[in-house]
Amino acid sequence: MAETINEVKFSDAAMAEIQRYISHYPEGRHKSALLPILHIAQAEFGGWVSPEVMDKVAEILDIQPIEVYEVATFYTMFNLKPVGKHVLEVCRTGPCCLRGADELINTLKRKLNIEEGETSADGMFTLKPVECLASCGTGPMLQVRELFYENIDSEERVDEFLAMMRQKEHETPVWAQQS
Amino acid sequence: MAKVTIDGIEIEVEDGTTILQAARKIGGKIVPPAMCYYGPLKGSGGKCRVCLVKVTQGSAKDTRPMPKLVASCITHVQDGMVVENTTNEEVLNARKSIVEMLLINHPLDCPICDQAGECSLQDLSYEHGVSAQRFEEERRTFNKVDLGPYIQLHMTRCILCYRCVYTADQITEKRVHGVLGRGDAAEIGTYIENVVDNDFSGNVIDVCPVGALTDKTWRFKNRVWFTKPLDAHRDCPTCSGKVTLWTRGEEVLRVTARKDQYNEVEEFICNTCRFDKKETSDWTIEGPRHIDSSSVISANHYELPVLNVPIVPNLPVSTKKNLPQE
Amino acid sequence: MGLKILTEHINVPGIETLEVYRKHGGYKSVEKALKTMSPEEVVEEVKTSGLRGRGGAGFPAGMKWSFLAKPEGVPRYLVCNADESEPGTFKDRWYMEKNPHGLIEGMITSSYALGANTSYIYIRGELMFILRILEKAIAEAYAAGLLGKNIMGSGYDLDLHVAPGGGAYICGEETALLESLEGKRGNPRNKPPFPAVKGLFQSPTVVNNVETISSVPWIVNNGGAEYAKVGIGRSTGTKLISASGNINNPGVYEIELGVPVEEFIYSDEYCGGIWKGRQLKAVVPGGSSVPILPANLILKTAAGEDRLMTYESLSDGGFVTGSMMGSGAFIVFDEAQCIVRNTWNYSRFYHHESCGQCSPCREGTGWMEKVLHRIEHGHGHQQDIDLLVSVAKQIEGNTICPLGDAAAWPVAAAIRHFRDEFEWHIKHPKEATAPGAVYRGQLDAVTA
Repeated sequence: MAETINEVKFSDAAMAEIQRYISHYPEGRHKSALLPILHIAQAEFGGWVSPEVMDKVAEILDIQPIEVYEVATFYTMFNLKPVGKHVLEVCRTGPCCLRGADELINTLKRKLNIEEGETSADGMFTLKPVECLASCGTGPMLQVRELFYENIDSEERVDEFLAMMRQKEHETPVWAQQS
Repeated sequence: MAKVTIDGIEIEVEDGTTILQAARKIGGKIVPPAMCYYGPLKGSGGKCRVCLVKVTQGSAKDTRPMPKLVASCITHVQDGMVVENTTNEEVLNARKSIVEMLLINHPLDCPICDQAGECSLQDLSYEHGVSAQRFEEERRTFNKVDLGPYIQLHMTRCILCYRCVYTADQITEKRVHGVLGRGDAAEIGTYIENVVDNDFSGNVIDVCPVGALTDKTWRFKNRVWFTKPLDAHRDCPTCSGKVTLWTRGEEVLRVTARKDQYNEVEEFICNTCRFDKKETSDWTIEGPRHIDSSSVISANHYELPVLNVPIVPNLPVSTKKNLPQE
Repeated sequence: MGLKILTEHINVPGIETLEVYRKHGGYKSVEKALKTMSPEEVVEEVKTSGLRGRGGAGFPAGMKWSFLAKPEGVPRYLVCNADESEPGTFKDRWYMEKNPHGLIEGMITSSYALGANTSYIYIRGELMFILRILEKAIAEAYAAGLLGKNIMGSGYDLDLHVAPGGGAYICGEETALLESLEGKRGNPRNKPPFPAVKGLFQSPTVVNNVETISSVPWIVNNGGAEYAKVGIGRSTGTKLISASGNINNPGVYEIELGVPVEEFIYSDEYCGGIWKGRQLKAVVPGGSSVPILPANLILKTAAGEDRLMTYESLSDGGFVTGSMMGSGAFIVFDEAQCIVRNTWNYSRFYHHESCGQCSPCREGTGWMEKVLHRIEHGHGHQQDIDLLVSVAKQIEGNTICPLGDAAAWPVAAAIRHFRDEFEWHIKHPKEATAPGAVYRGQLDAVTA
């Protein structure tokens, strides 16, 4: 477990973003903001949502923790276990497979020496095959945090991509950027 | 009021009645089975699909048939509606299909399941299932989990009816269990280890149609068909205190709420009544409880000769032993 | 080049900004509708246009709008379905990324028509970068008085928000979408009540696809009758087609409904033919859930007529020899593709995406995937083929929402048209599981 409940504290920028989402819904319907808040929480706390973080989210929305667990376990974007620095969400669905998604996944497995769902020994990459990402015309492709990386259709492209990612820090989410 | 015809039998019911409720008013063989719908729980129904029926005429005004089979537990009757259940091949085939679906991942461990003998899935399979098995893949399994000291969750047997979730939502203060994950990996759980602990938590056992949620105080003590159900009550500060005792000899093996022929509880009971009052002296015995929902229990018919036994408060042990047996 | 209703200015540099968008005629429909038309008149124009829902079901949009209940004192909502997740479909993502104001203008005009004062765009969580683009554009629109109180002095108020999903195909089903928008698991609701009566927050709600809503400004500006002149028969207007798979030019194309399929595949204006000089084997013309058709049946109907890119022509022959327009996701397979592998892949998708609420879908999707996995990996039996057909039938029509059908159709269709390929896999597991192995029987028969 990463933090105890006392240590879960959202930054001011994150709290402001949370409040902004809550304000989008009518009185008494604040639970509607749960999904956006989970996204914010995941960006804030290392790319995954721990039970403690989810409890904090429940507290903010004044709902039962189980309501958060039910939702977080339903949607595949929320990582419920610690992940590597970059989670490579590779599309594995039909249209991408027609253009080489299986090969992309296999190449990543081989180069990172991991299986699906695992994190590389250096903690840099987690391989997470996902279903269709609405990028079928530019497959094979993958997503890391908010960005798409498309047409990764050869071993050279994979090498380029991995080299770039090794140097790369995550973009600061729009809401956390200093204005 | 609306006139509706189900399998050729006409009945007049209040507007807003569901097809299933109308069929229950008629009663007998034409009543569709229900695995997820549960009258006392708001919002239940529509999920298991075993109650699908064919509407061959939508209403007197719009006589067209409904294009697909509909879930009778959530579909409201219209005046002049004509419904086919047991008289429709398509319905019977669909039901057979759905029973098969409910069973492919079920462990079929009835011989070691406490629910056996009073299990809705057992009854359903008996009445609508096929004996042949077409599923040869690996079955989905889960570990058994204790939800506190009284309730055991055996998720492998669960059919995801959501009744226990609705129960916790509607009759307890804080729900701590729910449906986690999705698809065929969805499970009932608390996510983090947690105790389902409140005065009414035990009711999830009564609403469970299968052996997924069982009473740990009763676990492996006996088979339900060897026990005798008795209606009893006590002066309880928390609930109505009206229960069914499941006894063998002088022992109270189990306490449950009173259930009607569709396994729906008449009144939810508290955990004190259910788990702590296991002496006959705790109870005022009213008399035998007739159980006609489950084939195995009813098969004994042991209670028939004692229908007119006078109600004796705090039935002494000696009297009880003399209850005639079949 | 056909008429471009949605994409006329899409390649203009800076079109994503309010300034450039307005320079090219943007937001005219808002002014026209709010200042010169009653909401009912806007609804009438959309009805006249014959515009059909572009998300997949193809239900007439104007008709859907006219079903909206209007009880006194209860708010009404318009929700845009931007949960584009049907495999093969990427038109909405592409459109929103390039032309966010096009959607926002459609939202304002449509919300006005429906009497909604708060509207939402529900976008799949994976498209967070598009959410940022939309929010930026919305902020511009607020600043320009196109959103908020008293829009353009008309007295009409509208707040517009974007809400992200969390990764669940099922949330493209409109009632699952509404559940998700309310912060819950995306379990589809039992219907009735329909969203038009009880939708978001138990209030009357219309849910429309991005492309549908984005078509409304043109209809308001030019009139529904003008829109109805485009296309053929009941397939009016233009449609965004997401072309993917083994073609030379994958991408999004706006076509006037009625283009022949053959032209769409082989013309350089569209797909540009099959890549690597290969032959066409099959096409899934409307997103992964619609029936796959072998080359001969996608180019010509069973009666031998040219198949056209219209709702009617693509479904000509029913499921026996036809398919569906669906979301307009045109997935092309070349001769090197294995139908069994692809069917297993689709089946895995639906298994993964089933919400698990109702038993036929929860259990049946997993069952089909496991059987197909076995066949694909060389452990199939001959009776598995009939078993799959039977399981698909057991799911179809018996579920709460259409995901069950969507999971059943591709399996049933693949077996219907490529049964010999399945049989070959089962009879020759060694050959079939060799890397790159493909059954060529059908193709050889065609070429011979």
